Amino acid sequence: MPFKGVDFYDVDSLLSEEERAVRETIRRWVDDAVMPVIAEHYLAGHFPMHLIPQLGELGALGANLPAEYGCAELNNVAYGLIMQELERADSGIRSFASVQGSLVMYPIFAFGTEEQRREWLPKLATGELIGCFGLTEPDFGSNPGGMITTAREDGDSWVLNGSKMWITNGSMAHVAIVWAKTGTLDDVKSIRGFIVPTDRPGFTAKNQVGKLSLRASDTSEFVLENVRIPKEYLLPKSGGLKSPLMCLTQARYGIAWGAVGAAMACYGEAVDYAKSRVMFDRPIGGFQIQQSRLAEMLTEITKAQLLCVQLGRLKDRGTMTPVQVSLAKRNNVNMACECARETRRLLGASGILAEYQAMRHAANLESVYTYEGTHDIHTLILGEAITEIAAYSG
Amino acid sequence: MKIAVCVKRVPDSEARIKIDASGKAIDEGGVKFVLNPYEEFAVEEALKLKEAAGSGEVVVISAGSDASQETIRTALAMGADRGVLLKTDHIPLDPLPVAKALAAELAEGGYDLIFFGKLAIDDYSHGIGPMVAELLSLPCVSAIAALQIANGKGKAEREIEGGVEVVEFPLPAVLTTDKGLNEPRYPALRGIMLAKKKPLDVKDVALETGGLDVLSLSYPPERKAGRIVGEGAAAVPALVDALKNEAKVL
Ligand SMILES: Cc1cc2nc3c(=O)[nH]c(=O)nc-3n(C[C@H](O)[C@H](O)[C@H](O)COP(=O)(O)OP(=O)(O)OC[C@H]3O[C@@H](n4cnc5c(N)ncnc54)[C@H](O)[C@@H]3O)c2cc1C
Repeated sequence: MPFKGVDFYDVDSLLSEEERAVRETIRRWVDDAVMPVIAEHYLAGHFPMHLIPQLGELGALGANLPAEYGCAELNNVAYGLIMQELERADSGIRSFASVQGSLVMYPIFAFGTEEQRREWLPKLATGELIGCFGLTEPDFGSNPGGMITTAREDGDSWVLNGSKMWITNGSMAHVAIVWAKTGTLDDVKSIRGFIVPTDRPGFTAKNQVGKLSLRASDTSEFVLENVRIPKEYLLPKSGGLKSPLMCLTQARYGIAWGAVGAAMACYGEAVDYAKSRVMFDRPIGGFQIQQSRLAEMLTEITKAQLLCVQLGRLKDRGTMTPVQVSLAKRNNVNMACECARETRRLLGASGILAEYQAMRHAANLESVYTYEGTHDIHTLILGEAITEIAAYSG
Repeated sequence: MKIAVCVKRVPDSEARIKIDASGKAIDEGGVKFVLNPYEEFAVEEALKLKEAAGSGEVVVISAGSDASQETIRTALAMGADRGVLLKTDHIPLDPLPVAKALAAELAEGGYDLIFFGKLAIDDYSHGIGPMVAELLSLPCVSAIAALQIANGKGKAEREIEGGVEVVEFPLPAVLTTDKGLNEPRYPALRGIMLAKKKPLDVKDVALETGGLDVLSLSYPPERKAGRIVGEGAAAVPALVDALKNEAKVL
């Protein structure tokens, strides 16, 4: 059954013809290429690699970056709609695209030289090269400024040492954007970004096993042991913690949209099941408890959709603030978690099966709730914006 | 190679169709419209031929209201070069007036090939392609499932009852496309943005009313609920019995 989406408030009328066409294209591709295989990849615990060239051919990687680097040059609403449709299938697919576009291509575009852009972006756009983003470390998650990975100048090279953990695409990446301190460990301003080809001696990555969430995604740990890269592999315009946080703002923006996709997938499944499952001689959708579940989901999805469109318009206008993105990521991912969980419950025993989507989404969304700034951290970011008192520093 | 592809804007096959107050037309409110799926094969085939030739032009032509511009742009996003909208507020049920308007436009174009879908999924008339061919005195092969073009000649395959019919024809020619001819590409996202910038001529046309009238539309009778006769191998005898004696299909 092709996916129809949810549009209770004629949110479509807020979209341009091109934006709708982009969404329809990705929606159809997801129906044709992703839905038939996603459950088996999830169960097997690997990323569907064969989809990468297709994503590249569609133009879904780094889609809001300029065409001169081989990208689709879409506006941010269209970019958001791509994320929505990808996460409708699985958060792992959206995570791949988010990392490649917002966390690898974006920093090369924003902080790189013209040569670096021309060297890397076209191949990342087609999916010929895969990238990952190494910020989090074993002992520094919510507080990345504490990182202990270092980069030291040595002749014509930078030499990197340290380790990164929970890295999406980490094992399959050809290139890693690594964040490291070039000064003393207490000097957060000395954080710089580096383009690190993963075939350099001293770079080793290892898949993190035992995940019960985002199983159709590569999450890895990597170690840098005297990894030597040429001087020109520094991203010259990066500097301080602000640079990786700018990347995260891009990715979180996409996640806010993606969460709506996952929620719509669950809601659609819940409605179908509620109408067709008969218990006590009537469809379970005829009982008030299930209607309440559905009404709640529809309401929250509609609010989240409107939030995304306006956020996208602000981003296109160039006035979007990182705190506004925090609000959307926090609200929408939490909303999607609730929809997935309520759908799973509405489905009864069927809801625990991989044949249905709800439990897969529910499990995935627990990662999304945690990564790119945990729900709690976004609460604190909003709290700081409101009170001008930062709860997490000093 | 200059190729025309005629396309129609139709309700999505998944759309829930409602009859409007007149009882003679569908209520278009809230219905999603798409490029007629059979014409996706036509667009794809035209693009493949142009790509193989290394040069040429693919022109997309549609008769319909302003909304059909979006349908034309879908084909432009797939890679067609330019579009023509023969603008008319009403498409009559009779295919002949539409065929005449298209033929008048196509006659001037100097096309080597003119593609149509074998049918439009809204009215299923199968009529326009062959009618246009007749009006232009061109050879026509309908419902093709394979195509080769070489040295000014074409060879097409049609799937017929129990076999395949192979037809050779000279160019120029009119072809209508069937499922299986190719795998239509997805429009590239960049293509969607560029489609807006490709030329799209809008020409007002006045269609004749034609000889057919819709008297009324009605919904198909509701299907009776199914019955589960049993489960697993044990159910086979009961199923065979029901098919033989109740449904009388065996
Ligand atoms: C599947 C997956 C993929 C990931 N991909 C990437 C990637 O590609 N690149 C990358 O760099 N990172 C990645 N991450 C890492 C992710 O960003 C971190 O997990 C996240 O930042 C949280 O860090 P942590 O897990 O160390 O939790 P901690 O920071 O240890 O937090 C533990 C708990 O404490 C809470 N907490 C922390 N600080 C405070 C505070 N000040 N006040 C109140 N509560 C607090 C948190 O909200 C959380 O509930 C990924 C994670 C996952 C799960």
